[in-house]
Amino acid sequence: METVRTGKVWKFGDRISTDFMMPGHRVLANPDLTPEEAAKFCMEANRPGWAENEVQPGDIIVAGINFGCGSSRNGSQSLNALGIAVVLAESVSRIHLRNAVNTGLPTLVAPGISDFVEEGQRLEVNIVTGVVTNLDTGETLQAEAWEEGSPPYEILMAGGLDAYMRVKVRERGLVAE
Amino acid sequence: MGMTIAEKILAAHAGADSVKPGQYIWCKVDATSGHRLPELEALGVDQVWDKDKVFMVDDHQAPPPTIAVANKVKNLRRLIKKYDITNFFEYGRGGILHQVFAENGMYAPGELIAQCDSHSTAGGVFNACVTNANLDAVHVLAFGELWFRVPESVRVVLNGTLPGWCVGKDVILKVASELGTDFGLYKSVEYVGPVASQMTIAQRWTVSNMGVEVGAKFALFEGDEKTDAFLEGRVDRPYEHVSGDADASYAAEYEFDLSDLTPMVARPGDPGNGVPVESVRGERVKIDQAFLGSCTNARLEDLEVAAKILDGKKVHPDVRMLVSPSSQNVFGEALKAGYLETLLEAGALVEHSTCGPCYGGHLGILGDGETCISSSNRNFKGRMGSPLSHVWLASPATVAASALAGEIVDPREFL
Repeated sequence: METVRTGKVWKFGDRISTDFMMPGHRVLANPDLTPEEAAKFCMEANRPGWAENEVQPGDIIVAGINFGCGSSRNGSQSLNALGIAVVLAESVSRIHLRNAVNTGLPTLVAPGISDFVEEGQRLEVNIVTGVVTNLDTGETLQAEAWEEGSPPYEILMAGGLDAYMRVKVRERGLVAE
Repeated sequence: MGMTIAEKILAAHAGADSVKPGQYIWCKVDATSGHRLPELEALGVDQVWDKDKVFMVDDHQAPPPTIAVANKVKNLRRLIKKYDITNFFEYGRGGILHQVFAENGMYAPGELIAQCDSHSTAGGVFNACVTNANLDAVHVLAFGELWFRVPESVRVVLNGTLPGWCVGKDVILKVASELGTDFGLYKSVEYVGPVASQMTIAQRWTVSNMGVEVGAKFALFEGDEKTDAFLEGRVDRPYEHVSGDADASYAAEYEFDLSDLTPMVARPGDPGNGVPVESVRGERVKIDQAFLGSCTNARLEDLEVAAKILDGKKVHPDVRMLVSPSSQNVFGEALKAGYLETLLEAGALVEHSTCGPCYGGHLGILGDGETCISSSNRNFKGRMGSPLSHVWLASPATVAASALAGEIVDPREFL
């Protein structure tokens, strides 16, 4: 897992729901869409055109409070498919945070991030230490780092739940070596 | 130092004497749902940790509206057989999972359950720690275990006496409007006080169900004789009620006096946008659709109050009213009680039990510019279909009264 990531910032407001990331009538209603196809509808209701025309792989999302509120649908799947490198938010819903860890998309709670960076500026984020540097202003901000050795840390560092589980089911003898 | 309800339940499932907020623990989980069976199979694991503790129903697009969905459910049925899952509920014998699982004895006081679907906080009504596991439900299927970060606990004290026309939905819309939809973020919320005791199980269930709408990990009630009455005949294993200790540490305590509560409605955009219905009466908000359904508010007494309001009357000519009971069992009870006949005669469309309309999946998607008053739980932009549509949240009584009037009205005008 690449621990230091730099990218251009897209800013979103408070309470960006997973409905916005993965509209029910577009994605849940069409279970055979690939993650890439589903991602085209990401933020369609709140920021039309963003997913299809604006965001680029390696970009960073900065958001307000309760990012990923609402449904347990995996919004991180769409953010991942769009190539988002890191998500930083004032706060993140519990369900979305777990989905992000399990998807292997670094998503950090970063109080103060909304005032720290403007849209279009570039950030460098160390996803292990939580140190965020604004490359345009030179300022730094401390995001909440995952506790080293904690289950979410281990899952994220494995690259997501699937990779983590593949090792664990062998270790526990559920699947032959 | 004493412990809160969540701390007691988590400690018991972690094999620890005590736990404290912020701590990471691995817990034994008492039950889960079968949504992640495809992922389990993909890992090459050929059995679940306990086939009797896996519950499954297909509810979101049920029965399938497309071939793609039909194939997904077909695969699910194959996996139910392959893994010999005991508690699977086929169309006609199921409904919405939170209701169906409870009717079939999945939840009991003191238990820890992690299952798919965000509204799993609903199970907190049974004095159990029930919450969402989405992708990592596969970890539960394989090992019967899941990691948790012990949450801080907060208490919401519901004082006073709930006026006769107000129900659990009005309570939670009031709480969310005052405290915001973030106050429970990453926390275990305990609802206590005279109104918590006064409310029926169905009403408490609405409050726990919308726990996720205030960010909560758990949305708990204490156990009492109403809890036991619901569980009787459904749960045959022993259980004990769990209460917070007097010297337990709560991060916050919020008090409400609900004696003067009036029916609430949440304006479109966020479940925290609640205001008294009477305050929007002057706006003459015309509605196109009235939806009485979802895991939040489609239980027997919800259908009963709607039937009472619509008895001998007709749904407004410019409105279509959709009714979808919370389970097929509730559907049957409402049929026998005559509620469905009353609703049919009033011109409502009675659907089977499904999640479809609530999340904009199928069986009632909104078009551009349309407005719906809904007994469901979310009113995000585009939630029920078009990003240009509008969803107002309210109690079943307010939904039914508004269906009659063709605009959002206070149900007290009709009761």
